[in-house]
Amino acid sequence: MFGVLQFPGSCDERDALLACRRVGDARLVWHEETDLEGVDVVVVPGGFSYGDYLRVGAIARFAPAMEAVAEHAAAGKPVLGICNGFQVLCEAGLLPGALLPNDSLRFVCRQVELVVESSETPFTQGCRAGDRLSIPIKHESGRYFAPPGQLDELEARGGVVLRYAPGQNPNGSVREIAAVVNEGGNVMGLMPHPEHAVDPLTGSTDGLRIFASLAAPAAESEAARISA
Amino acid sequence: MAASSAAAGTAAPQALTAAPTPAVTTTNVEGVRAKVLIRPKQGILDPQGKAIERALPALGFDGVSNVRVGRLVELEADDPDGLADLCEKLLANPLIEDYEIELDGETPQTPPPPES
Repeated sequence: MFGVLQFPGSCDERDALLACRRVGDARLVWHEETDLEGVDVVVVPGGFSYGDYLRVGAIARFAPAMEAVAEHAAAGKPVLGICNGFQVLCEAGLLPGALLPNDSLRFVCRQVELVVESSETPFTQGCRAGDRLSIPIKHESGRYFAPPGQLDELEARGGVVLRYAPGQNPNGSVREIAAVVNEGGNVMGLMPHPEHAVDPLTGSTDGLRIFASLAAPAAESEAARISA
Repeated sequence: MAASSAAAGTAAPQALTAAPTPAVTTTNVEGVRAKVLIRPKQGILDPQGKAIERALPALGFDGVSNVRVGRLVELEADDPDGLADLCEKLLANPLIEDYEIELDGETPQTPPPPES
């Protein structure tokens, strides 16, 4: 069962729900819920949680549901943060780094090519390293940043899961990073929107590979193996 | 979405404080006024500052460089000792931002005169 969080100001939870339902059961989890019983995979969707008036993702970490998400993550179960969800997971300390305003200062909305750096995660186990995924982005604050020492550590442990293809970095992210995973291997955040790339009608079904990877029976045991 | 965001904007801060805070200017509260200055950490690209800097010569302002843009939060606090915690956890992200807290002294005890 996928549980898709919904904060006031979320706007991609419906697409995320539909994407999850292509590969399994899914339900919405309202931000005031504190019980994730029965949820195997948490998806923190895109949007503008609580308006993002202060700083992207800054408020959502205080949501009651986020305590449950932190417990879920601590238990080694998968958590996927997409766009604003990635920002929220960074602010909540569940992922390293932060997302800064795009270097162009513009809201960018376009299809980008991503390179799979690691297939050793429950999110990409259906891919091979080096695979290219065509997935859209749409954000104004997607410039991934972490201090150099933290980046080296991240790279050394295989924590960079996806990079923008050469020449396609849309936001100035350091080292072209598009997705990172935590040390346990069970929490991933990415700025691109795999949930918008699950139907040929919108040009690509590559995003479905992320959801299919999570729905595969090995997803949880894989996360447990990595964290062990 | 705008409506739900606005509703959340009012709801979320309440959840952050232990107890509802009374309106400071109308009660006899021993509070202080403070300014919190938040700026991007040195070494982190500040595209807003860069954009302003690039535009200055064309606008007739020469000789201005190293423009960086942060934000200023003015507030009144019952307990100034709690401000650092507020900054660390909410107002600033210490990974990417530096902050300074400047206390302005006692909050005036008398409410401001009503607007005509």
